[in-house]
Amino acid sequence: MASSFADDKKNVHLSISQVVKDFDGFKAVNDVSLDIYQGEIFALLGASGCGKSTLLRMLAGFEKPTSGDIILDGQSMLDVPPYERPVNMMFQSYALFPHMTVEQNIAFGLKHDNLSRPAIANKVEEVLNLVRMTEYAKRKPHQLSGGQQQRVALARSLAKEPKLLLLDEPMGALDKKLRTQMQLEIVDILEAVEVTCVMVTHDQEEAMTMASRVGIMDQGVIRQVGEPVDVYEHPNSRMTAEFIGSVNIFEGTLSKDESDHAELICDDLTVAIHASHGVVGSLGMPMAYAVRPEKIQIKRRAPDQPCNWAKGTIKDIAYLGSHSIYHVELANEKIVLVSMANSDRWSEVDDGPRLSWEDEVYVYWADDSGVMLNS
Amino acid sequence: MSTNKTNKLSWAILLGGFAFLYLPIFILIVYSFNESRLVTVWAGFSTKWYGELFEDEQMMSAVWMSLKIAFLSASAAVALGTLAAIALVRSGAFKGKTLFTGMITAPLVMPEVITGLSLLLLFVTMSQVLGWPEGRGSLTIWIAHTTFNMAYVAVVVSARLRELDRRLEEAAMDLGANKFQVFIYITLPIVAPALLAGWLLAFTLSLDDLVIASFVSGPGSTTLPMVVFSSVRLGVSPKINALATLLVLAVAMAAFIAWWFMRRNELQRQKEIRSAFSQ
Repeated sequence: MASSFADDKKNVHLSISQVVKDFDGFKAVNDVSLDIYQGEIFALLGASGCGKSTLLRMLAGFEKPTSGDIILDGQSMLDVPPYERPVNMMFQSYALFPHMTVEQNIAFGLKHDNLSRPAIANKVEEVLNLVRMTEYAKRKPHQLSGGQQQRVALARSLAKEPKLLLLDEPMGALDKKLRTQMQLEIVDILEAVEVTCVMVTHDQEEAMTMASRVGIMDQGVIRQVGEPVDVYEHPNSRMTAEFIGSVNIFEGTLSKDESDHAELICDDLTVAIHASHGVVGSLGMPMAYAVRPEKIQIKRRAPDQPCNWAKGTIKDIAYLGSHSIYHVELANEKIVLVSMANSDRWSEVDDGPRLSWEDEVYVYWADDSGVMLNS
Repeated sequence: MSTNKTNKLSWAILLGGFAFLYLPIFILIVYSFNESRLVTVWAGFSTKWYGELFEDEQMMSAVWMSLKIAFLSASAAVALGTLAAIALVRSGAFKGKTLFTGMITAPLVMPEVITGLSLLLLFVTMSQVLGWPEGRGSLTIWIAHTTFNMAYVAVVVSARLRELDRRLEEAAMDLGANKFQVFIYITLPIVAPALLAGWLLAFTLSLDDLVIASFVSGPGSTTLPMVVFSSVRLGVSPKINALATLLVLAVAMAAFIAWWFMRRNELQRQKEIRSAFSQ
């Protein structure tokens, strides 16, 4: 997918600058600045109530920022009402007009562009073709399945060739299986028409599948922006580390801080944590270390490394089909999550029988597996 | 055994209830075909009262007047009631909103005598002060009916408006429709069933009303319920039975047609949904 967009084209298309939205003293969006590049799919990711939907509604024009500016393609959008903005939105649960056919739904926006009848008909056919819904043109929305409704909603929002497309929880109304299929299908369509797109979702998997960049939002503030792999591998705070995927956090104090490595003394562990990257901080300051469950190995024999391991017992094994999550309890009752692919699980772990409940094990990880976080 | 008993009992209660509701109407229909001048004495089958009914000019002009007022007041009530509903549902929070919402429903619970009397006082004062409306007649009945019907329409329409998904209107706006166009092309068609229901309700209420009309009517503007009521006081004429029978027939037909259309639409809809999912 378009993961290297940010590198080759730094053409800012939408610029959100210092936007604040204040609802009676509650800052739903608090000083957000963000640049969206031409043709990228950007995902605003956050829990409900984090302000992502408010930000989206300000882009559509349904809410007015308390302060700040929104500049689309060099033009400020502040005083442009929603019906005059070159921005279209695919609504959560689609908001298809129930009293109109698929065709009429799509033509609705075009009619307000003063296009001729044949021009409208052509455009309707073109977008229906794009989403492969031509044969359903005469149907009413209630005669369509969820996935079909979504395609019509997408076609409707693309028909006016907007400069910016907004997707509000695009997969919210679909079941899980259909979701995976539609995610890729929508990305293909969006890339085919080369539209710049901002989407809002609370589902990190969805954001990471569809977007070229994601922005993690929390309490009205954007905490981190980056490509999905950056945000996942190098979270800049505990909040982002814990929000995206699951993570083991070890708290401790900084005991060594060099330019190419750092060490942490952690109460939960008998050995130090060694990270192969430097940190910003001073010796003795509190620091957290985050390491993903799939980066941790599990073994019966003690690993031959001085740092980054712990001894514990298996308390729980959650079998998830493709992989299993082991809940390993350390001496002081801290639980460490370890994920192992089941192709590995069935093979014998260091020559013993398969791992089971109450087994004594060692968990360990490499120097470059996790990140030190000072906030 | 005991279930059989309770079953019989519930049937008996059901039949009793229906008899209570429909027996009077049935008797009324039977007696409309009575030969005798006396309503309560059966003297053989005849349709002569139907003939006399259509020759009774006073009665026929009252029917016409009632239908005209019902039609006009229902239409005006739908227009005003819809606006009131929109204002109450859509204006957002303002001071005294609950008070206004309560006040719009007040005419529903106000005794008719009070509504009638107060409107009469209003019209008398207005004609003295403003010179309008001159006297009382079909115009004042129309205004009076519009006033209380508006409240019914506002309640029916605001219920539907509250259910309407705001995202539909936002989607229309997002696609380039301004607020007025959104209202015409999206809001109105979606709440249309409520407007129709409100109109029909207002029409029937206006057709039924005796008390308020009696207060605000004038010479030469007599509605059907007023004619029926005054003629009954002088002794019931079998003509009234004939008229009532025709009205029952008309109402039953209207109800049946409405039911038949709704059922057909529902069946069609379900068929379409099934065919959509079977693919």
